[in-house]
Amino acid sequence: MALSRETLLQLYEMMVKIRTFEERVAEIYYEGKQPVFNIAAGPVPGEMHLYSGQEAVAAGVCAHLRPDDPVTSTHRPHGHLIAKGVDLKRMMAEIFGKETGLCHGKGGHMHLFDPELHFGCGGIVGGGIPHAVGAALAIKKRGEDRVAVSFFGEGAANIGAFHESLNLAALWKLPAVFIVEDNLYAISVPKTASTAVRSNAERGAAYGIPAVQVDGQDVVAVYEAAGEAVERARRGEGPTLIEAVCYRFRGHFEGDPEHYLPEGEKERWKQRDPIVLLAKQLKDQGWLTDEEAQAIQDRMTALIAEAEAFARESAYPPPEAALTDVFVQAE
Amino acid sequence: MAERLLTTARAIAEAIAQEMERDERVFVMGEDIGAYGGIFGATQGLLEKFGPERVMDTPISEMGFIGAAVGAATEGMRPIAELMFVDFFGVAMDQIFNHMAKIHYMSGGNVKVPMVLMTAIGGGYSDAAQHSQCLYSLFAHTPGIKVVVPSTPYDAKGLMIQAIRDDDPVMYFFHKGIMGLGWMAPNPRATGPVPEEPYTIPFGQADVKREGSDLTILTLSLMVHRSLDAAEQLAEEGISAEVIDLRTLVPLDKATIIESVKKTHRVLIVDEDYKSFGLSGELIAIIAEEALDYVDAPPKRLAVPDVPIPYSRPLEQEVIPSVDRIVQAARELMAE
Repeated sequence: MALSRETLLQLYEMMVKIRTFEERVAEIYYEGKQPVFNIAAGPVPGEMHLYSGQEAVAAGVCAHLRPDDPVTSTHRPHGHLIAKGVDLKRMMAEIFGKETGLCHGKGGHMHLFDPELHFGCGGIVGGGIPHAVGAALAIKKRGEDRVAVSFFGEGAANIGAFHESLNLAALWKLPAVFIVEDNLYAISVPKTASTAVRSNAERGAAYGIPAVQVDGQDVVAVYEAAGEAVERARRGEGPTLIEAVCYRFRGHFEGDPEHYLPEGEKERWKQRDPIVLLAKQLKDQGWLTDEEAQAIQDRMTALIAEAEAFARESAYPPPEAALTDVFVQAE
Repeated sequence: MAERLLTTARAIAEAIAQEMERDERVFVMGEDIGAYGGIFGATQGLLEKFGPERVMDTPISEMGFIGAAVGAATEGMRPIAELMFVDFFGVAMDQIFNHMAKIHYMSGGNVKVPMVLMTAIGGGYSDAAQHSQCLYSLFAHTPGIKVVVPSTPYDAKGLMIQAIRDDDPVMYFFHKGIMGLGWMAPNPRATGPVPEEPYTIPFGQADVKREGSDLTILTLSLMVHRSLDAAEQLAEEGISAEVIDLRTLVPLDKATIIESVKKTHRVLIVDEDYKSFGLSGELIAIIAEEALDYVDAPPKRLAVPDVPIPYSRPLEQEVIPSVDRIVQAARELMAE
């Protein structure tokens, strides 16, 4: 099924939005960390795992989701949350550790929660997969047509939580979609050194659920596979597993020396940059001009500059706020 | 009218049933909690009453279903998950420690995790090192988990209803020896009066199970029963022991502890968990910080002496506090 110009342009814009956000966060991240890199320095301290290169996955999946569809994400969550429709200001403010952030500065870049979008993530590999099962269970119990989606990496497909979760979701026929983002590496260890299974889609058979592997650089392929899975879940027909093969353009985290990469590999993958591929497709079809592409880019740049300004201008939380929010009902 | 008597197991199951009737968001999941009724009877009768949609037997996948309880709770349900033995926590520790306990805080208070994780604790019946631990101190150590450890049928019901209605994650530890199971050593205190109507017991309120004036015994769970037996013997010797059942560790009722210490000036802690870096040390630290001037003798503690729980009867009896050892420790404390 050919996608409409409108859909393709929406996907394109979302991917540009994510890429622009991530590349700007990278620039900000290095503020105060040069010439000597100190992870605790600068306006954005701590680890930083950026999503550049994988945008087609978040955009292609989340295009099918409503704000009330629960999504669980990972330590590399920005793309998913942006594609879910987050307020960029509050997201950026959280990354800056500010009071106005999504979590009032208690979460940071790896622990972003947005209850309005039913979005959660975390720094433990595989940790969010069972949460999607539970969210899907809640949906099924209430007889709603929402769908729970869990994003995680191919590294997480080797952890117990993945296997327990898929078994439960299949057993209970839950409205869930599991998205493996195979970006080839679990930090430095390649997929080929982590599992004898070539495609995680093969693992669907172990749980009796449909599974498919798609080209994660091709947003149309992701969009179509995800659309089928989401609709299947909404119809109450149970979970689906999708593996999208993609590539991280910025390494595992900022500061990753990447000496484990085979020579020329990243350059080869960059030839298939998902945004460039889609732009070419749109231009070939006469659906996007260079000027229009530039206008989209400018709009996204301005949006993110606005979010950044908001974050920078926002106040830090008062130190004593560290002692609140342990419990809802503190005695 | 005679008071109605229930075992602790039935009191817990009744609490859950009444909350399930009151609130359709409440459901139960765990291993063998359906047709079996829970290995220790905490869910008996629930499947018949509410059906398999709300009383869900799970496969053996604690990480999966405890994590699913977290996810269902964040979506507004109020799940109760049973971890059959607390000793099995290891396979689900990430979900308990890093997710259940931390999501509310990490979200800046925006996401609630209203769930109950109930689990069986304790030894005394030769189930050895991997089926006999208490471990409540381990969970009380982690910020973000409320820790409830009832000792009687009455408390068990009221604390369970409170736990289900609480908006925070609550771990609820029932000792196998207080459940009133036909296949455990008989324990007369495992059956007691329990009102039929629902009621709650607020967290953070210790209960003075026996008043006394010479020493304070701080304890919980099955050790409350042993301490009460010991207090009766001590009374015959003219020693008046006050027995305080802590009931909840998080939040902890410091005021009742301090008040009692100020009255008796002597403290004995009786704890079935490991001795070092846990509850007994914490209680002594609190007393040192807040009532040091009031204690006339160094506090004493009876706890498992930092060994795994052994299998053989004489070995196990050597490490778990007994009535005799409580009596002995109290005598020594009075002689100081």
